[in-house]
Amino acid sequence: MTTIQKQDRNPIAHLTPEDVENLGRELDALREKVIASRGADDAAYIRKVIKTQRVLEMGGRAVLLASKFPPAWFVGTAALSIAKILENMEIGHNVMHGQWDWMRDPKIHSTTWEWDHASPAEQWKHSHNELHHTYTNVLGKDNDLGYGIMRVDEGQKWHPAHLGQPLWNLVNAIFFQYGIAAYDLELGKNLSSEKRRRDPAFKARLAATLRKVRRQAAKDYVVHPLLSGPSAPTTLAANLTANLIRNLWTHSVIMCGHFPEGVETFERTSIEGETRGEWYLRQMLGSANISGGPLLHIMTGNLSFQVEHHLFPDLPSNRYQEIAPHVRNLFERYGLTYTTGSLPKQVASAWRKVIRLSLPNDLLAKKKRPARPAPLRAVAPVRQERPRVATAGS
Amino acid sequence: MATTRTPAQFALLRDRARRFVELATTPLVPGDFWEVIDPLRGGANPRGRVVAVRPETRDAATIAIRPGRGWKGHTAGQYVRLGVDVDGVRQWRSYSLTSPPRPDGVITITVKAQPGGVVSGHLVHRVRAGTVVHLDQAAGDFTLPLVRPAKALFVTAGSGITPVMGMLRDAAGSLADVVLVHSAPRPDAVIFGPELRGLAARGGLRLVERHTEVDGRLTPERLAELVPDLASRHTWACGPNELLDALQSTYDAAGHGDLLHTERFRPAVVAVGEGGTVSFGDSGVTVEADGATALLDAGEAGGVLMPSGCRMGICFGCVVPLRGGSVRDLRNGVVTTAAEGDDIPVQTCISAAAGPCHLGI
Repeated sequence: MTTIQKQDRNPIAHLTPEDVENLGRELDALREKVIASRGADDAAYIRKVIKTQRVLEMGGRAVLLASKFPPAWFVGTAALSIAKILENMEIGHNVMHGQWDWMRDPKIHSTTWEWDHASPAEQWKHSHNELHHTYTNVLGKDNDLGYGIMRVDEGQKWHPAHLGQPLWNLVNAIFFQYGIAAYDLELGKNLSSEKRRRDPAFKARLAATLRKVRRQAAKDYVVHPLLSGPSAPTTLAANLTANLIRNLWTHSVIMCGHFPEGVETFERTSIEGETRGEWYLRQMLGSANISGGPLLHIMTGNLSFQVEHHLFPDLPSNRYQEIAPHVRNLFERYGLTYTTGSLPKQVASAWRKVIRLSLPNDLLAKKKRPARPAPLRAVAPVRQERPRVATAGS
Repeated sequence: MATTRTPAQFALLRDRARRFVELATTPLVPGDFWEVIDPLRGGANPRGRVVAVRPETRDAATIAIRPGRGWKGHTAGQYVRLGVDVDGVRQWRSYSLTSPPRPDGVITITVKAQPGGVVSGHLVHRVRAGTVVHLDQAAGDFTLPLVRPAKALFVTAGSGITPVMGMLRDAAGSLADVVLVHSAPRPDAVIFGPELRGLAARGGLRLVERHTEVDGRLTPERLAELVPDLASRHTWACGPNELLDALQSTYDAAGHGDLLHTERFRPAVVAVGEGGTVSFGDSGVTVEADGATALLDAGEAGGVLMPSGCRMGICFGCVVPLRGGSVRDLRNGVVTTAAEGDDIPVQTCISAAAGPCHLGI
């Protein structure tokens, strides 16, 4: 996709500044409604998820003590994989966003949570909560666009190294937790010069990450295999498998958030003096959902509601589902396209983009002329005459 | 080869074992998993389970709690800080313990529902047996000396009876000469009324009940009439601040100040206004901030090294604990208030001072 500012048919051209501010006010009101009704049920929800996750993890690891028996290996590996996915997605990611800070429980709080992952919480919160969520899909500002190793937008300059990006993406998926840890450290930038390498702040962060990586690896690949005695080799294999399954799953889900076709990107200069309404609008156009049932939602940490999450990153994840129809209704009333699709469709779409953009733009243009993404078509008919945008009261 | 291990070696072994178990549960701590099996374990603070809720009057109830691991016990007359989840939000309040130390370890607090009181109303009317609550260790020096005084006087009003009830239940038998002057609106509003009257009937103490609806408020002058020999009695008083202030100045004026021991309930009412003086940690930095300035901006303007992030309320990179006073969420006007001893994390980038406040940074 080309940044929204450079497209010949801009999907937000029909919105006046007043429309955008009205949109912002409607979203603020929606947010307040959820905050006013946050309560004991929500608290019970997250505690239940945490308890379930811990029971699964303890149960899985207990069964794996006998992992040399194949049925135990399969059951234990499955339980541990699910536990790790739940911990990273529905619990860790969301707790670190501050979604549950309102409970004032020091054990379930963004300032104290540490997750089952190679990247230390502190560094993840900086690169994810602060940079990615603030500068979502702004070229040159949001490093999540290709993680600095891939080209996922026509607006990003092509380099021959991008030819290998389908392979990098696969390797990144397999070792995703380490990829994220390296990404949070901004290794590419920080290893580029002697001065940066010697920066004490960087060295401290590197030491923190290495310590976390060491402890995490010791747990999964030394301590629990040792505890398994004669089942040590199979427990090691089980833990490797659980981490691999977690990596592949989280990588797929996260690719679906901002890489599929239909997601818009933005010029660096476009966010200067951005209003709250404009920020909301950028989040709406810059994210994509995954459609599916309750199991999909919980296993993706409700990132299947990526649009709602990006609008309100600090609302409890269990509430995204109930506000989704209201958000979708806003998209329709303001003439915007709500990007969503099934998991296989969105994963395929993201992969297609990674493969397609491994080649330079002009090469693609010759091959496949009208690579016009869907949202532009949807907006195109209403371009000539600005539609009357319905507001909350109408 | 048999060897004997020294205590230092045992300590080393224990430490290694602990570190091994911690490595098995990292990034969580073993307590996080214990908690799944036994909800009374796991946290830094002791926890307790409510075992019974007994109504005392129309708007007061006694909550019996069995503390879990880590509770170090209490002395009659002390209070405990209790953390309870109300509508999903952890709220901490202090309550006098009304039980003597008991062999079964169960402690009781007696709570009077305050009009509009979020926590007291919840405890009196909504808490049920089985609820897990959070505790701090018992604290306070409003207790009887080990060497009991020959003559004692207790002066209480309203829920001020609660710490004194703890003492009476613990020590009524060892106090030879006790007078209790208690003030309450009506006879049926006297918390522990039947128990106190029973104790008086059995000769355990002389009970003077004052009912404000008939007798008016208790004053030092009335007290002197009711207890002519009060100058010879060690006195423990608990009630509204006006009563305690008046008693203190009367005792001081008469030169008996050392006879009077008082316990004040500090209600969590703080001046809530627009803007105020913001103080930062122990740095001594204070900043005057208006009601529209984010605490983050105010702190930075004052030269405080504030943690910060997105500066728009989404990333939670700027959260610091509010240790006292009130702040207002600039987005929706919601006021958050911290009482003394509280530690409530707030987002400084979208919160402004609502009266004087103190941040723990």
